[in-house]
Parts: sequence; structure tokens; C-alpha cells
Amino acid sequence: MSATKPAIFNEMLNGEQVRSAYQNLEKWYRSMPAELRSLKQSEAEALFRRVGITFAVYGEGGDPERLIPFDMFPRVMTAEEWRKLDRGVRQRAAALNAFLADVYDRREIIRAGKIPEHLVTNNEAFEKAAIGFRPPRGVFSHIVGVDLVRTGPDQFYVLEDNCRTPSGVSYMLQNREIMMRMFPQLFMESRIRPVDGYAGLLKKTLASVAPQKCQGEPNIVILTPGHFNSAYYEHSFLADLMGVELVEGQDLFVEGDFVWMKTTEGPKKVDVIYRRIDDAFIDPLCFRPDSMLGVPGLMSVYRSGGVTICSAPGAGVADDKAIYTFVPEMIRFYLGEEPILENVPTWQCAKPDDCKYVLENLSELVVKEVHGSGGYGMLVGPKSDKSTIESFAAKIRKNPDNYIAQPTLALSACPTFVEEGIAPRHVDLRPYCLVGETIELVPGGLTRVALTEGSLVVNSSQGGGVKDTWVLAE
Amino acid sequence: MLSRTAEHLYWMARYIERAETTARLLEVGARNALLPNATGGYRNDWEAVLLAKGTLEPFVEKYTDINQRNIETWLFFDSDNPSSVYSCLSAARENARVVRTALTAPVWDAINGAFQELQQLHRTERSKLMVTDLCEWTLRACQLIRGAFTSTQLRNDGYDFSGIGTTIERADNTARLIDVKYYVLLPSVNYVGSGLDQSQWALLLQSMTAQRAFNWSYQGEVTAAKIAHLLILNHRFPRSLRACVQWYCEHLDNLAESYQTATAAQEVAHKLLDDLRAATVEEIFEEGLHEFLARFMSRNAEVATTVQEVYLSGMPA
Repeated sequence: MSATKPAIFNEMLNGEQVRSAYQNLEKWYRSMPAELRSLKQSEAEALFRRVGITFAVYGEGGDPERLIPFDMFPRVMTAEEWRKLDRGVRQRAAALNAFLADVYDRREIIRAGKIPEHLVTNNEAFEKAAIGFRPPRGVFSHIVGVDLVRTGPDQFYVLEDNCRTPSGVSYMLQNREIMMRMFPQLFMESRIRPVDGYAGLLKKTLASVAPQKCQGEPNIVILTPGHFNSAYYEHSFLADLMGVELVEGQDLFVEGDFVWMKTTEGPKKVDVIYRRIDDAFIDPLCFRPDSMLGVPGLMSVYRSGGVTICSAPGAGVADDKAIYTFVPEMIRFYLGEEPILENVPTWQCAKPDDCKYVLENLSELVVKEVHGSGGYGMLVGPKSDKSTIESFAAKIRKNPDNYIAQPTLALSACPTFVEEGIAPRHVDLRPYCLVGETIELVPGGLTRVALTEGSLVVNSSQGGGVKDTWVLAE
Repeated sequence: MLSRTAEHLYWMARYIERAETTARLLEVGARNALLPNATGGYRNDWEAVLLAKGTLEPFVEKYTDINQRNIETWLFFDSDNPSSVYSCLSAARENARVVRTALTAPVWDAINGAFQELQQLHRTERSKLMVTDLCEWTLRACQLIRGAFTSTQLRNDGYDFSGIGTTIERADNTARLIDVKYYVLLPSVNYVGSGLDQSQWALLLQSMTAQRAFNWSYQGEVTAAKIAHLLILNHRFPRSLRACVQWYCEHLDNLAESYQTATAAQEVAHKLLDDLRAATVEEIFEEGLHEFLARFMSRNAEVATTVQEVYLSGMPA
């Protein structure tokens, strides 16, 4: 670790020069009068509010229908940059699925000594009920969200994988809709690849993993915990785009060898469930008995091949932060390829040497809980005062297995509208990879932006915003 | 269609109708309070309004005083009152929010817009709000929602379930309104048709925006028998019991046709319609208006229960 502050890569600039991918945008921004800008900004907000894209954070109180801030300055990827990300993300999604199919079957990777067994089998997300069951096409994680950050013109790192039910894709789609509606001229002048094929691709992916017992066109549903869930908008949005039913646990029941949904014309068989609820809640007979969200008996139908659950129960074991460090190894082991995208170097506090290093260098590192998410329970060393660091150190000493640490990356920044004009703000990127009969990626993703100056936390629950993400055509 | 989706659409429509009825009652009550009254001042009439909504008891528990200001609050804003305009429109909007993708954008806009405005009203100082304005606002909001629904919504089964909700609720509300007038204002059967209660009957017409309809439909003096005919048996008047029942029969027939199977719901509804078609005002008065209305409400409720069982619970009948 170098002690000097690394330079921040501004995605719009190459030295003093505006990179060609951003030239149109730069012109657009310069020629936009301030009044028009604030007019457009409030128009965007009204559109979001009207279509009802809101986001609630559990336990934060306040307005349950608050908006995620939308920044109008798009983030741009050139065709060449995207080619690498596209290959890298698809490679990763393939390896993660191969890993899942393996650890619930013969566990070759453990036998080969590439991954310690206890990291897998002692993991909370490891699902005993999934052992020995091969889901259709061997796919466990059908929608893989890969969180990427960039530190330089050619340096991308994978920050984490999301193999369960990554959210945010509705923002990717709506951000684009709103930008096209507000600034059609921009789209005529630039060659931006469309993202609106996502819903069709998702439906095709889900249909391709229908269970063998399914005859004819599969009946696909999205299973939501209900309209109090913070991502309910996304659930209903996707159901609407795909033209499938959005169901709650109470709408489904098990009878005989199948799952049925209650309709006004009587029971109708369900073949594929894209569930947006956690493993622990999907079947009170198998997991949490107090769950009101799930469907009693669902797991036994699943295991007998009567229904496909996407993502498969147990998929979470692949996206754990402790497993994350082994993903490059998985790529080599299962695919015989070198990883296209790099991992962020990670110290595992479970290892005594690593832990010692972490404790000695806390002020330079980012420390995360192994199972945490949403930017909670983490320490950003360079941004923390001495007492915060000391109390965090005590937590690590108490339970080292629970923590990993990474260097503070100099996240790239993208021009973002602020009071005075534009200013660079840190961004990340989450593309959504669909895995079924084929492995596909729409050209784009969700760019999250840390709106506070200097902040590295892009999570929407902590003041992050979103941007439209452009991938330029060749 | 998912049974739960149908159920949300059905209840959305019922709550919108219910909000409208509460506003109509409130408006009539307020207007009535402006008239001189020999039978005990404004008090009785407000009690009648509360009785009509079946909320006299909880009201008295919460507010000791039956005065106009308290009643306005109770009927319009109070979320402790399940049939206040505020409660009904919130519930309608919540039902709509859950099945948003089953609604067209104009319908959602109308419901969501009404809800946002209602919250604005809630935050406004009470002394700046006229009760008549509140009532007019509610009627306008409900009509906008229904107008958007009728003119933009696909005529599929969801449309029918919503229509059934509106008409079952409306039939119940009309019956209640008539009953309360009868029950409270005409304590003795001998008074029915005596002409003593003219202004009260006129008020009943007013509460349903029916004065003009009455004049168009009937000649000669205003009698209880004619009013009863308009509100109960006249199929041309859109709030009459027969019109409502006929309406939901049509929706139920649509369902039977598109699902290619008739159920107990069509059966009970058509039986009720046949009986209303055959009924006369004389027979109704002979049976006793109150008895007739009580019987109607319970049969209307039976239709609601059957629809619930057959279509909204998701199990085959």
C-alpha cells in the first residue's frame, strides 16, 4: 500500500482533454442554460414520482416512498471498454454457476484443495436442502449482478458478486426512458446501444429453465414479499414488462406434485418462480416456520422437479464475501481460463497474518462484514477518526472471521450535476447478467453515484444516486 | 387473473364509492343544518347522518359533543373512522398501489393525484376549509377516477370486478340512505306517504343528486311513493337499487362468458334482479319499507359473499 494519495481517474478526461466518448455530452452540458437544467431536473423528478419509482429503506423511518436522486449527466462506456466488461462478467457468471452446481454435488473444487471446505459448508447461505439436486440446465443463479469499480482507463475491479436477487435493474431501464424522453436530441447525436431488451431476455432466460415436467409454454411468476417491500416497485415493473403475474406467498399453494396459483378461474399451475424473497422465507415447512411470505411445501415440489425457483435455494453461498476471494480460482478451475476481470486484493481477517496486517493498517483500508450488505457495518479507514478506528479494531479482534479488508481504491469519478455546475463524483457499475440456456448481458447497467463530495459510499440507502449508463455502438 | 388482483380492484372500487357516499351525507347534513327545524334542532339530523354510516357509537365514544365541527372532522378527516373520506380514499389508493400494473396510467394518476391533494387538505388549517368545498372536492375526485377508469381501462375481467365492487357498494349505500330517512324520520308507519316529511324526502333526493332526475321522470306532486320508486325500482336512475343490481348482473354475465362457466354468483344476482323487476311500490310499502330494505341489504351482501367465495378466494366453487 502506498501512503501517497492515488490520483482519481475522471472518466470524462484524459489529462486536460475531453475523451471522445464524452465530447457530445460536454457540448450538451455547456450549451444548457441554468434555468433549463433546473426545469429538466424537476421534470425528471416528477416523472419518477409519477411512475412511482420509489425506494424505502427498512428501519430508517421517514417517507416510505422517497425517491432515489437521479443525476442527469450520463456515464459513458466505449464499445471497446464494454467488450472487456461483457466478456469478463459473463465469464464470472459462468464460473459462479459451475461452482454452485459443484458444491451441491461432487465438490470437486474442495477435493482439489482449491477452496477450504469449512468456508462452504459452514456458510450460513449453504443450503442443505439443495444438496444432490441439479436444477434445470444446472443453473443456480439466473440473474447475476456483478458490482464493478474502475480506477483507471483500463483498470476495472469486481467489488462483489450478487447471485441471489440483485435489485436495481428497473432503474437501469427507467433512467434510460427518462433521459430519452427529456433529451431526444442527445440520443440522435450519439450512438447509444439500447437496454430495453432486458425484460424480453429475462423472460426468455426464465422460460429456458422450466422444469422437465412442464409441457408447452411455461407459466412464469414473480414472487414478491408484498407492497411494503422497498423493491416492490421493481417487482411489479418487471412483471408488467414481461407480462407475467406478480404473486405473493398467499397466492400460491402446493397440491399433488405441483405449485398452483389462485386465480379467478380456479387454480393454475406455476412452472417457474422468479422469487424476490430470501431463502429463509420461501417455505415455512423447510426453513423458517414463522414465515408468512412463502409457500408451505414449495421445496418438496422443487426437489421433485415440479417447479423451478430462480435463483435456486442455496445460490447465496457463491456471493459471500469470504468466497469472493476464490472466484479467480473458480474461473481457472472450471473454465480453464484466466480471469478477465480482477478481484480487489482482499485480506481475510480469519487468517492470522492477514488479520495482523489489517489491524496495523486500518486507517488505509476498507473493512467489511463478511455477510453484510448495503454499505452498513463497514469501516472506511481514511475517512474515519481515531476513536472510530479503535472501536472497530476491537470488533475485529473479538470476531476476526466476520471481517475482510480491502485497500481504499481510488474509485473513478464521473461528471455529476451539483449546485455550481458539474463536479466529479465517485461511481460504480452493476451490470445484470442473465444465465439460462445462454449467458447474456444487455449493454448497460446501473451506475450508482456518491453524491456527497469525496464520499465513496454509493448505496442508495446512504445518500447515493443513480445515472443513465451508456454503452456506445461500434 | 390472479384472485388477489381481482380482489384489490374490487375493493378499490368499493372504497371509492364509499368515500363518495360519505361526502354526499356530509354535504346533506351541512345543508340541513342551515334549515330551521321544528323537531329538535340540528342535532337529530346529524345523528341521522352518523346512523346512516353506522358510526354513531364510535363517534360518541371519541367526541362527547355532537357538533358540526366534530362531525365534519369525523366524517372527512378522521382515520379512526373507517368510512371517513380520508380512510376510504387512502384504502382505495393502497389497493390500487398493490395492483398498479393492472391499471392504466390515467387511472393511477387520478387516484394518486386525489390522494396527494387529500394530504394537502389534511395539512391545511381547518378554519380555511369550507365543508361544502370538501364535499365537492371528493365528488369531483371520485368522478375523475371513475371517468378515467371507464374511458381508458381494458374491458377485461379486471374491469368487471371493479364494476361489481362499485355497484354492490352503491346498492348498499342507497339502501342505507333510504332506510335511515325512513327509520329516523318516520318513526310511525302511519307517516309514510303522509306528506308531512316532504322536506326530508327532498333532502334524500338531494343527497343523490336526483332532484332533476325526479322531475324528468315523474309528473305531479312529490310523494313518498314516487321517490321510493325512483330510488328503488327505476332502472334508469344510476343509483337506484335495481340499476345497481342490473349493472352487476351485466358484469357477472361478462365474467361467465369470458370464463365460459356460470357460477352461484350469477345465480343469486339474477334472482335478486328478477325480484326487483317484479316488485311494485305498493307491495314494498305493504311489506314495510324498512323490512324490505333490510331484506335487500342482506341479499345484496349475499351476492358480495358469493362473489368473494367464487372468484376472489381463488378456489374453484
